[in-house]
Amino acid sequence: MNKKAGGTAAPDRGVGGGIWTFPMIAPSVGLLLIWMVVPLALTLWFSFQRYNLLNPMIKGFAGFSNYVYLLRDPALYTALWTTVALVASVLIVTVVLGTLFAVLFNAQFPGRGVARVLVISPFFVMPTVAALIWKNLLMNPVNGLFAFLMRSVGLQAIDWFGSLPLTSVIIIVSWQWLPFAFLILLTAMQSLDEEQLEAAKLDGAGPFAVFFYIIVPHLKRATSVVIMIETIFLLSVFAEIYVTTSGGPGLATTNLAFLIYQRALLAFNVGGASAAGVIAIILANIVAAFLVRTVARNLD
Amino acid sequence: MAAQTGPATPIGKQLAIGAVAWIVALLMFFPIIWMVMASFKTEVDAIATPPLFVYTPTLENYAAVNAQADYLKFVMNSVVISLGSTILCLALAVPCAFAMAFYPGPRTRGTLLWMLSTKMLPPVGVLVPIYLIGKQIGLLDTRTILIVLYTLMNLPIAVWMLYTFFKEVPKDIIEASRIDGASTWQVISVVLLPLVMPGIASTGLLSIILSWNEAFWSLNLSASNAAPLPAFIASFSAPQGLFWAKLSAASTMAIAPILIIGWLSQRQLVRGLTFGAVK
Repeated sequence: MNKKAGGTAAPDRGVGGGIWTFPMIAPSVGLLLIWMVVPLALTLWFSFQRYNLLNPMIKGFAGFSNYVYLLRDPALYTALWTTVALVASVLIVTVVLGTLFAVLFNAQFPGRGVARVLVISPFFVMPTVAALIWKNLLMNPVNGLFAFLMRSVGLQAIDWFGSLPLTSVIIIVSWQWLPFAFLILLTAMQSLDEEQLEAAKLDGAGPFAVFFYIIVPHLKRATSVVIMIETIFLLSVFAEIYVTTSGGPGLATTNLAFLIYQRALLAFNVGGASAAGVIAIILANIVAAFLVRTVARNLD
Repeated sequence: MAAQTGPATPIGKQLAIGAVAWIVALLMFFPIIWMVMASFKTEVDAIATPPLFVYTPTLENYAAVNAQADYLKFVMNSVVISLGSTILCLALAVPCAFAMAFYPGPRTRGTLLWMLSTKMLPPVGVLVPIYLIGKQIGLLDTRTILIVLYTLMNLPIAVWMLYTFFKEVPKDIIEASRIDGASTWQVISVVLLPLVMPGIASTGLLSIILSWNEAFWSLNLSASNAAPLPAFIASFSAPQGLFWAKLSAASTMAIAPILIIGWLSQRQLVRGLTFGAVK
């Protein structure tokens, strides 16, 4: 990789003229290559094996039977649907609110810097803390703050994790990722051309016209970056489910990540879990292809 | 930084916008405030209905969590793992990004994009092999395996972030100092390093944040020995271990350092988190 890349360049380019960059780049590239190839190859290999840690007697090539078994399992489709519902809902909430927040917090008002920091803060809260604080202190149907607020206006308290488990997880994950969308979109807002806005206003554009015809198109690229990066992370939401619902009740909050965890580390079904892992990788790569293309366009 | 409404925003409108924005900000931050408040309550006060907004604060939860024999171990695990992986990550990424930014070759662009694509591998897709390899070579529940994984996890982000910082160093300064007769080493240490230090620092901070908060690998690969704070907090999810005030105190201590680091470095985080696509 890049062997003597600097050597062929003009000698006055760069810091010290021509140097051999291979030793500087090779360690990172080599490690990432191992990190990418070895687990991937093993996952693929295991997915074609009969392999259960609980029963070492069962061994050997399984052909596509792990996949056939998995694809016939209704739990897979429930988990896929849950994954899609979770990712899509969180995306909608974070992008819509994130855009509105970005416009709001780009305006001038007293204490703007501090207010922005407060909005961004949930992003820095570790997932297990966020999930447990929401589940108990806020969403508990008896002692939680939400239950108290609902009762005090005469409504019945909602048993969040009992009757709306997936919605509850979506709310918690949205709270964690809204600051991310906000931060990126706010940064993009700040590069909006002031004169263009003024010109539009002089031409008589109202606030809605300004929002939909100037701000939204300006944020298009930042929005697509937010959507793609969030999707990559949201496909693997795990800790929030692990500490709140353990995938239940029933399969109500079992997404693909949690299903794989259950198959692998609770049922010790290495073959089946690997087959599901391959499906997760394929899903993520479809999204990733779009992301890499967007970033590549920006690299020049 | 100018407001979208221009410098001529009337004071009344500013105050109206400010009021709405502050309500939004406080609502977003409220769960954290509520948690910090609960951490200073007694266990009885913490689950009181109606919830208590005014109460006699106590430090007993902090004392109780700190007195827990293994609490310090979780903290140390978090510190060692996130600092260890960050140092390792920077040691790998700085030379790599430096070479790519200052000596771009025909394959630099492709290499960068390929690095980005390794970040797209969902951790759960490779959980099984990593778990089995860790088991095979006796690295399950060790700090080592988490340090290695977090290093690899953050390496593409670090290379990208550093690359965008290095790219911004004006080439003129370097050429001027070379013409003045500075050696390669002098150029790096006297001219370049002070310019890129802020970039390296914020890359390091982002790596610390991501490692400190990482929950997937720590929940799956660590148990009593190497578990960092996210796994310690998760242990409060067991029904018998549910004490809201202690959970809140432990949580407050677990997130406080990262919250502060995050506040300090929020501006620089954007480019790291978006691979330089948004600056």
